[in-house]
This record gives sequence, C-alpha cells and structure tokens, in this order.
Amino acid sequence: MITVQHYLVLSAALFCLGVIGVMFRRNLIVILMSLELMLNAVNLTFVALSRYLDSAEGQIFVLFIMVVAAAEVAVGLAIAVAVFRQRGTVDVNDINLMKW
Amino acid sequence: MEKLVFYVLSIITLVSAFCVVFLRRPMHNVLFMIMTMLGVAGFFILLRAEFVAMVQIIVYAGAVMVLFLFVIMLLRLDQVQLPQDPRALRWWTGSLLGVILITLLLPVMRAFVLPMPSGMAPAVKLDAMSNTELIARELFTTYLLPFEITSVLLLAAMIGTVILARKRSRGTVGD
Repeated sequence: MITVQHYLVLSAALFCLGVIGVMFRRNLIVILMSLELMLNAVNLTFVALSRYLDSAEGQIFVLFIMVVAAAEVAVGLAIAVAVFRQRGTVDVNDINLMKW
Repeated sequence: MEKLVFYVLSIITLVSAFCVVFLRRPMHNVLFMIMTMLGVAGFFILLRAEFVAMVQIIVYAGAVMVLFLFVIMLLRLDQVQLPQDPRALRWWTGSLLGVILITLLLPVMRAFVLPMPSGMAPAVKLDAMSNTELIARELFTTYLLPFEITSVLLLAAMIGTVILARKRSRGTVGD
C-alpha cells in the first residue's frame, strides 16, 4: 500500500538532489536545470497531497507552478544568453563583475 | 501492483535526477532531465491526475527542456568544460550539505500524518468527475483571478525574454 509518506520521501530526495545541483555545479544552464528539478519535486508533493487529502487545490496550484517555472526558465535562459554574449562563458565562477 | 510500479518509477526517476546533477556534458543533463520529468509524469498518472501529467509532458518535457536544448546548441555549450576537481572543498561541503538536508527531511516526511478532514474541505471531491473536467471547473470559477494574472505574467516574461536576448548590433537607439 503506497502511503503519502512514500511520495513525500521521494520528493524530498528529488528536492535535495536539486539543491546539490544548484549549489555546486558551475555551468549556469545546469544550475537552471537543477532549479527545475526542485520545482518538479514540489509539484510531486502538491499532487500527492491533493490526492490523499481529496482536494483539487493542489493540482490547480501545480498548474500555476508550471506556468511560473516556464516563464522563469525563459527569462533565465535569456539572461544566460546575454551573459554568454558579454563574457564568452557560462561558468558562474567567471561571472564575478559584482563581486567585491 | 501499484507498489511495483511505484518502486520501478522511483528508481528510474531518482537515477535520472542523479545523472542530471552529476554528469558533465550539458546535453546529457538535458536528456536525463527529460527522463526525470517523464518519471514525474508517470507518478502523476499513478496518482490519478492525468491532466496534470499531460500538461507536465507537453509543457515541461516538451517545451521547457527543448528551450534548454536550443540554448545549449545555440551557445555551443556541449563541449566538456574544465573538469570539476573532485577533491575541491566545494564538492565536499556541497555533498555534506545535501546529506544533512536529506537526513533532516527524511524523518519529517516519514512522520507526516494526514490531517482529519475538517469542515473546511472543498465541496468538489476529486473523483466526482474526470480530472480534466475537475481542473477546468475549479480553474475557471474559483481560481479565475490567478489564471488571468498568470497570463499577464507570461506577457511580461515574453517581453523580457525578447529584450534580454536581443542582439545589440544597432548603433542608434531608435524605435
């Protein structure tokens, strides 16, 4: 019998993998992808809880999360393209113009 | 049967997510990310939320990941970058932090108890109608205002993306 705790543990694991990816990859594109992984984990949490609490609100919120994530990825990739045109690299260690 | 499908899907999803985070070439990361998203869509279908699963496949795996692929191919990022030094301090602290995070989250998630259904339960039960009809009914009546606001958000994102990614080849500041 698959309980809600199974889904919560799974999405916690996915979320932690996303956090590791955001924190110690140097490629900006891969950082954005790990961010998407975190958002997917949260989506899984929402849908699992909506099923086990018998409420539609979780799934509605998942739709809004997907919309916001798509918009954020578009803008983030546009920033990455602009940075690449300026610096020639997407390595976040080299994009340090504002570092003190 | 549901247990078997759940465990197989979770192994596929977790291995793909691991490959997303730890592989070197960005193209491989994107392909494993698509695999992860298909795995999560499989979980949505297992949870009997078919519409959300289809939206996940169409929007996330079909549009967002293809956008990633476009950018990787446009900027020619697919060459192997400088190899990450596995003995660097950053890797060890990152892994340690990840392990600490999952160690903190695991007992919390396992001890989660579903709340008793209170008087504030929404009127529409999940299995009253098909998933698509249920979401459409809720989205266009109760949640109409957030729906309209997201359309404005998408407009802002579209304008911002076009402006940010524009080539600065013009000398004059006309238009």
